[in-house]
Amino acid sequence: MTQLTLAKALTHGLRKAMEADPKVLIMGEDVGKLGGVFRVTDGLQKDFGEDRVIDTPLAESGILGTAVGLALRGYRPVCEIQFDGFVYPAYDQIVSQVAKMHFRSLGKLAMPIVIRIPFGGGIGAVEHHSESPEAQFAHTAGLKVVACANPTDAYWMVQQAIASDDPVVFLEPKRRYWEKADVDESAAPAPLHSSRVVREGTDVTVLAYGPMVKTALEAAIAAGEERTSVEVVDLRTLSPLDMDPVLASVRKTGRVVVVHEAVVNLGMGAELAARISEAAFYALEAPVLRVGGFDTPYPPSRMEEEYLPDLDRVLDAVDRALAY
Amino acid sequence: MSNDGSDSLVQLLTPEGERREHPVYRCDLDDQAIRGLYRDLVLTRRIDTEATALQRQGELGIWASNLGQEAAQIGSGRALRGQDHAFPTYREHGVAWCRGVDPLRLLGLFRGVDQGGWDPRETNFHLYTIVIGAQTLHATGYAMGIQRDGAVGTGDAERDAAVVAYFGDGATSQGDVNEAFIWASVLNAPVVFFCQNNQWAISEPMERQSRIPLFQRAQGFGFPGVQVDGNDVLACHAVTTAALQRARDGQGPTLVEAFTYRMGAHTTSDDPTRYQLREDLEHWKLKDPIARLKAYLIRGGLIEEAFLTELAAESDAIAQRLREGCLSMPDPDVLDIFDQVYAEQTTELAQQKEQYAAYLSSFDTSPEGAPA
Repeated sequence: MTQLTLAKALTHGLRKAMEADPKVLIMGEDVGKLGGVFRVTDGLQKDFGEDRVIDTPLAESGILGTAVGLALRGYRPVCEIQFDGFVYPAYDQIVSQVAKMHFRSLGKLAMPIVIRIPFGGGIGAVEHHSESPEAQFAHTAGLKVVACANPTDAYWMVQQAIASDDPVVFLEPKRRYWEKADVDESAAPAPLHSSRVVREGTDVTVLAYGPMVKTALEAAIAAGEERTSVEVVDLRTLSPLDMDPVLASVRKTGRVVVVHEAVVNLGMGAELAARISEAAFYALEAPVLRVGGFDTPYPPSRMEEEYLPDLDRVLDAVDRALAY
Repeated sequence: MSNDGSDSLVQLLTPEGERREHPVYRCDLDDQAIRGLYRDLVLTRRIDTEATALQRQGELGIWASNLGQEAAQIGSGRALRGQDHAFPTYREHGVAWCRGVDPLRLLGLFRGVDQGGWDPRETNFHLYTIVIGAQTLHATGYAMGIQRDGAVGTGDAERDAAVVAYFGDGATSQGDVNEAFIWASVLNAPVVFFCQNNQWAISEPMERQSRIPLFQRAQGFGFPGVQVDGNDVLACHAVTTAALQRARDGQGPTLVEAFTYRMGAHTTSDDPTRYQLREDLEHWKLKDPIARLKAYLIRGGLIEEAFLTELAAESDAIAQRLREGCLSMPDPDVLDIFDQVYAEQTTELAQQKEQYAAYLSSFDTSPEGAPA
């Protein structure tokens, strides 16, 4: 058991993956000598060399486009997109090339590519550095999308994503990079595409992922003080969704609140609400409620604490769910 | 400004079929090999003609003709070694032929049966890429893989490999192509950028893409650019052979601009009479890649009537096989698409398949197919 920040847990996970398979490459802007702007790849170039930890030209489409070629040659590229808002120049390569290659080759060509994206707000950054683009990728057939929320998951999930023969968009909650927890590097991890109940409760289910898991847990503790029992599910996988633990929780509580930083309109919450109503309609005591970013562009950082769902907004939704 | 760059154009065979010497590039092919190129050109054109006819008869949804570009494709395609890898656009039917891709497989894509039914791992010929220029980055990444495999600059002709990226004049305006140039340059990747400048991006002429001849762009990126007569199969072969060898030797990328002309429409859905001048077409007909090689071979006594008769018969046989193969191509089963999305199938997609299969079988009234 080692105490690690989420960022360091990722570094350990990446190191493990590189040791296990010589075909694993890391590529991105500033990932080499600097170790990445968040230091997630710190020390890896020194130990694995410039051929395996590649400081790329400053071109996101180039990072993903060349990763496609490397994957076709038998490599397993792990691409770092420096910030969420910079993934869009690579959007065509991700959506039209990476996502579709296995399909259009009738299954002959695999794309074992991991696209690491530090996502979400809360760090007081300038524009384009605080976005939550997960729904755009979850909407794209051919991609898999996961989000880690704590150091242990960060350590294991990044290794599992690298081992996957499918392309995985790997979302890292950047505001939680510096939070520490014990990481057990020996315990067998849960499957990559599984969701998990992280706090048991009986009155309301809160579904969250990435940075919002901590917020949801804090809300659950606060609700507990007012004798409302909140169950929190860490979704972990956004595409495919793992509905079984979600539906089991819904059948227990009958009330659901989905929390994410991304805008509510057509976000993950919309998909979850639809699936829950299709699969557990008679178990519901209230409509599925959503708490998320407003349907505006991400605001200047002086306003972000109001834009982002916080403990009070989650509790407000919990109360509204209970009022039905 | 001149976009034909005629002063620097590498030409080894004139439109009249006369051999020319060049101070740097020379044709090292023997007569037998040149006859082989002629066969490739003729058969490639026949495949194209037959595919266009199949589209006109409603058997293909669309076809992108490579009429007029056969020499650029065959010359470069025959310069590749087995271990080299090619990344085509959707018009590289001649290169596909050189890589041993069954032309019937090309038709599958344009008929809507699949999105590329050949195996790129067996042919070292990637699937057609339709998003303009995207494949130049794939080619560059593949070349980076070759570098990491230690298959560059060893001097072992069986081992050293290179990649060729095909694209057109329109693609040179794309960000991906410019990014590929930068990556290949700074990483010294073993890739040849082979641009067929057919002078048209659907209706937009070269002048809308560049104010300088395209091959000159390479200089700004830090690697050599060569302009070759794209209707001269011998020159295309010589220039590509040299560029590939340079890449295999570890000396980095080269841009080859094959200067040619799109003699057909962009695709069968296009109407070039709205923007192309008839005089231009007439002018370029005189530069036809097949006619000039035939003139050379006949004048030099390198082919006899029997060769041409046999080739005509082979050509007819291919056309017939394509036609029959196209008409008898089985329609795909929609239930298969659910299994082709991921290498590791997801539960939700497997469920979706199951649900749709059950829906389909609900229409089946035969005794065996009655719903459970």
